Amino acid sequence: MKRFLPIVIIVAVLVAALIVVWLALRPSSNSGSANKASPTPLTDAPGAEPPHIRGNANASVTLEEFADFQCGACGSYYPELKKIESEYGDRLRVVFRERPLIPPHEHALIAAQAAEAAGLQGKFWEMHDKLYENQAAWSEAKDIVPIFVDYAKQIGLDTDRFMRDLNGEGVAQRIFQDGKRAHSLGVNSTPTFFVNGKEAKDDWKPEGLRKMINEALSAAGK
Amino acid sequence: MSSTDSPNRISWPYLIAALVSLIGLGDAIYLSVQDLTGQTLRCTIVSGCNEVLSSPYAHIGAFPLAALGAIAYFTVFSLSILAAFGYGFTKPLLAMLIAAMFLTTLWLLYLQAFVIHHFCQYCLLSAAVTTILTVLVLIASRVGRSRVI
Repeated sequence: MKRFLPIVIIVAVLVAALIVVWLALRPSSNSGSANKASPTPLTDAPGAEPPHIRGNANASVTLEEFADFQCGACGSYYPELKKIESEYGDRLRVVFRERPLIPPHEHALIAAQAAEAAGLQGKFWEMHDKLYENQAAWSEAKDIVPIFVDYAKQIGLDTDRFMRDLNGEGVAQRIFQDGKRAHSLGVNSTPTFFVNGKEAKDDWKPEGLRKMINEALSAAGK
Repeated sequence: MSSTDSPNRISWPYLIAALVSLIGLGDAIYLSVQDLTGQTLRCTIVSGCNEVLSSPYAHIGAFPLAALGAIAYFTVFSLSILAAFGYGFTKPLLAMLIAAMFLTTLWLLYLQAFVIHHFCQYCLLSAAVTTILTVLVLIASRVGRSRVI
């Protein structure tokens, strides 16, 4: 009997572990029908709520961007995206999601934190623009925080609150939630765009993106 | 004895290793579940969990690294239990697995300290568990060797 005891113990632990995982992953019974409307975690993590939106919040076409403030390609794309936003105006809803690629971009995370900290004071897009417009200036800097505090002053933030929020839980949670969404959608590079939930894989360049937006507008009858 | 060393004696270092690996298994299952359900983590000791676990190093493709850790810890548990009950053939396998886990732990600590610049308490717990397992397996192998002499 003792010969089989280790096998019995191993099987018991395996069964216990599987039960724990099953209990943790199964939908909560008391959430009832509300759960049906919530996104499937692995395939559609919702991202930070509320998202950062520019354009018409009720537009029929949503352009969702996953970006890293220190990524050169994102910086190059920024003026193109502004052009696209002004071209489509009220017909487009632009959503920004944080996807800091910490390696190789050593300041990507603190830049995302700065944008989110500004967002807590209602000035996410002002900091977003400031970071992209000055990307070359801060990307190589050694002491990054004073530079971001200076940007915060320039856009009229309460800098004491900005400093508190920079490493605060609220900011960390938003970046984490956007990271979850990025993982669930398989976003591994920046910038990555989705037009009404469809990834712009081969069409990620401005003309391809315009084509996808036009198709989505046609489908919506606009 | 080739397949079983001394079936009537329990090897305590391996039994302790099995119990310690259950801590690592619980930690890794918790992290995996939080990842798969998209929940945020409450960090009570250090505040870098979300930064670490949303970094590109937290996944291999779409697979959470923590789930791989859970599989590794369960394997360590199984091999340790077998070794504790005298199944000697598991000892070299266990030593190789724990060596690989220890090296991975060092790499992950390096990433947290010098690349991500944040620490995650659950990852630090896992690092501590792997270090203890390494020490226990070293002790167990030395005890076994001295008995042979």
